[in-house]
Amino acid sequence: MTAVRSDASPVRFGVVVFPGSNTDADCHHALGTFPGVMAEYLWHKDTDLKGVDGVVLPGGFSYGDYLRCGAIARFSPIMQSVAEFAAEGGLVMGICNGFQTLCEAGLLPGVLIRNTGLQFICRYVDLRVDNAATPFTSACADGELLRIVVKHNEGNYQVDPHTLEQMKANGQVILRYADARGQVTAQANPNGATENIAGVCNQTHNVFGMMPHPENSVEAAVAGGTSGRLLFQSMIDTLRERAS
Amino acid sequence: MNIHVYVTPKAGILDPQGATVERALPALGFSGVSGVRIGKYIELQLQPADGADPAAVREQIDDMCRRLLSNPIIEDYRFEIDE
Repeated sequence: MTAVRSDASPVRFGVVVFPGSNTDADCHHALGTFPGVMAEYLWHKDTDLKGVDGVVLPGGFSYGDYLRCGAIARFSPIMQSVAEFAAEGGLVMGICNGFQTLCEAGLLPGVLIRNTGLQFICRYVDLRVDNAATPFTSACADGELLRIVVKHNEGNYQVDPHTLEQMKANGQVILRYADARGQVTAQANPNGATENIAGVCNQTHNVFGMMPHPENSVEAAVAGGTSGRLLFQSMIDTLRERAS
Repeated sequence: MNIHVYVTPKAGILDPQGATVERALPALGFSGVSGVRIGKYIELQLQPADGADPAAVREQIDDMCRRLLSNPIIEDYRFEIDE
């Protein structure tokens, strides 16, 4: 599928590839389904972000999840560039292992630990959008439900109570596991995450991490629904506004 | 020198693996077990720089533990040095 080129220059995303990343191609493909958007790969050993407008850290098992998920990937040369990009306000989205890596790098608060059920979970979840006023959720409505897949064994988000209160006051809790009616319940929590938290952002709302995989919910023709499109569309809209 | 590093979950952090093992032990006939916590043991050889004093060596190992070997949000660490 060829991206439709408008007169405006394309919005460009860089998808970082670590050894063991495995949803990089899905992320690349998902981004390419948006008109006027181009995606390219950024190898973890490079330091050049190639002037991309946004960065995506994909899911997978970087470095085999050795030691702790994302613990080694956070020291890859590309991550220094990503940190500088983020410090300047650049948009960074981490998905699953990408989320774990951002937490290990200190670019997001908290940490993802082993699921309380000790099992790898691969199923659909309903996510409630708790803050639609971010560059990652602006195309969503507050309280909207997104049906997106999770596939992880270490998705249990933990953060100390003091930091959590600050995060809530600052609108940094973005997505929560909910039931089909939008209620945040224990039964709807697949992994024991504190307060059913599935996605958070940093204090300046430009770095975002989520455990579920929006890149697998972007095409109606492929099983998985299209809820994920709203998150990518939000980033694209934000970047287009910034460029105008 | 041989370095032995022990990384353990912080007190108060939920440890589902430890809890699972604690539940499994009575099934094997072991009673009276509680407080099972599962951590990591890391061993490494360290060749200190010439003239490095013991405090500098300990500082270096501390740095390794804080930055990579443990996640200070959820883990404690301690280490032993065999000369």
